[in-house]
Amino acid sequence: MRQTSLAAWGCYSLSMNLRMDQSLIKEDAVAIDVDGNTIIARPGDSVAVALHAVGVSTLRHSPRSGAPRGIFCLMGSCQECLVMIDNKRRLACETIVRAGMSIRTGGQL
Amino acid sequence: MNRQVELAVLGGGPAGIGAALAASQCNVNVIILDRGIAAGGQVYRPPTKPQNTGQLASAPDHVIGERLRKELALSSVTCLFDRKVWSVQRGFRIDAIGPTGQETWEAERLLVASGTTERVIPFPGWTLPGVMGLAATTLLLKSQRVLPGKRPIIAGSGPLLWAVANGIIDGGGTPVAVIDLADTRCWVSSLPALFSRPTDLLKGLGWAYKVRRKRVPVISGASVGKVSYEGTSLVVEVVKRNRDGTLRHAGQKIQHLSADALCIGHGLLPAVEVTQLLGADHVFDGKAGGWKPVIDDGQRTSIPGLFAAGDCTGITGAAAAHLEGQLGGLTVAREMGRVTHNSYRRRAQALRRHLLRASRAGSKMADLMMASGSLLDNIAGDTVVCRCEDVTYGEIQTALAAGATGLNQVKSWTRCGMGPCQGRVCGDTVATIASRHLGGRHVVGSWSPQVPLHPLPMEDVVGSFAYQDIAIPEPAPL
Repeated sequence: MRQTSLAAWGCYSLSMNLRMDQSLIKEDAVAIDVDGNTIIARPGDSVAVALHAVGVSTLRHSPRSGAPRGIFCLMGSCQECLVMIDNKRRLACETIVRAGMSIRTGGQL
Repeated sequence: MNRQVELAVLGGGPAGIGAALAASQCNVNVIILDRGIAAGGQVYRPPTKPQNTGQLASAPDHVIGERLRKELALSSVTCLFDRKVWSVQRGFRIDAIGPTGQETWEAERLLVASGTTERVIPFPGWTLPGVMGLAATTLLLKSQRVLPGKRPIIAGSGPLLWAVANGIIDGGGTPVAVIDLADTRCWVSSLPALFSRPTDLLKGLGWAYKVRRKRVPVISGASVGKVSYEGTSLVVEVVKRNRDGTLRHAGQKIQHLSADALCIGHGLLPAVEVTQLLGADHVFDGKAGGWKPVIDDGQRTSIPGLFAAGDCTGITGAAAAHLEGQLGGLTVAREMGRVTHNSYRRRAQALRRHLLRASRAGSKMADLMMASGSLLDNIAGDTVVCRCEDVTYGEIQTALAAGATGLNQVKSWTRCGMGPCQGRVCGDTVATIASRHLGGRHVVGSWSPQVPLHPLPMEDVVGSFAYQDIAIPEPAPL
């Protein structure tokens, strides 16, 4: 994963930013850990959105063929965004970010 | 402990809100159960936080949504959000997982307003990360204020294409192209029906105008042939369709476009899991999106006490859904004797009159969204149809050639539809494939409904406890 330093926050973010509104109040920032990288999310973001906004597109691999999968329906129906959140299998689109949350992607779930 | 209520409404979208408000105004004790964090459903879903509103503040959907949320807040309706309903039994018992764990509700009457599921017809590469549904994209844009990509391609059918293209332009993205399955002819032929809802017509024309003004290429009468990655970009193959709806084959000039996301959708399907689970009569109506519960002119299903309203009874759009909900809520109140016969008749008639007009435009839109079965010709033998279990088109055809007699046999022979999405994503496609072999959707049937309605972690149901918390009964005397 590519990383660019986000000096202002003293932590890292991935290179892409797909948010329409770029301004973020520092106090609002929610830092989450994604596969060992710190990602800045906004309060109210779902894990799926926080990852998508910084360009993490592969969330897991399919159990049978091991093919990469990412967000697809975003409303809890397709089950494609299943990741490990604090060591539990959770849908990324239905879990709201919390400071210090630890997320593992890429599993064959 | 089970909690009792007179009416439980499943789903807090336009239909559910309409039903709950109408019933509560007649002094019926009502709860709404919804998976989301606020009322509005998908179409009126609020932004995740107020400062996210931006230019949405004046968008018509946002204004209606805010008004409905305010009305709900002022009413006596108990809104229960973040509730995942996983079982519904006749009588009616509802089991849901809420913020504090398992909850059980007992309701005298139940109104299902579960809305829709988006249909995406498979094509080679549709499982790749970066390919997402149009409805998903709408949520990203409207509720989260995040772009699907900086240079996405928007493809599929129906008005959502134009809504999404507009949202992306407004959000600062640059759509590479809009690939519309319908050609101009289809849109022109639907104009008369749209005149019954001039505001929606103007909204649609406004979207189309903005897309043209931004010089976004619009490829009409075409579809996505396949998608693959070249480095970090998605390469989308665009295939034109013939006048009869079939896709043009090799030898024709095929266009390749490069993008960073593909947003694609082929219409909406009524979400009938709950009404099917309860055993209500259903009928197949291709124009309305697929299987839908049979309902009377008061939104009653074939099961006493069970009502359904909104897009889960056939796709007609948000305006019609809200009216259907109101009619359903009113009928509930009438059955409970909370509204006089005359008053019911007068109000129901007025609602039905409005409904007729709203559903005319809505149905036409739904019709435009419906992609013809010929899109299936585009699926290759090794294209995954069932995403959960990676079951390919070839495997499904093999099962059908070997004599599978319906959807459920295809499921047990191939594992297609057996994964965690419970066949929501592939069901319609598999049924269409099977009906080609077996002769009609009624022959093919639909998946047997299963509980739990959604996969859920065991600990959510039983809660967490330590070993010593388990009561061990005294041993019986010898």
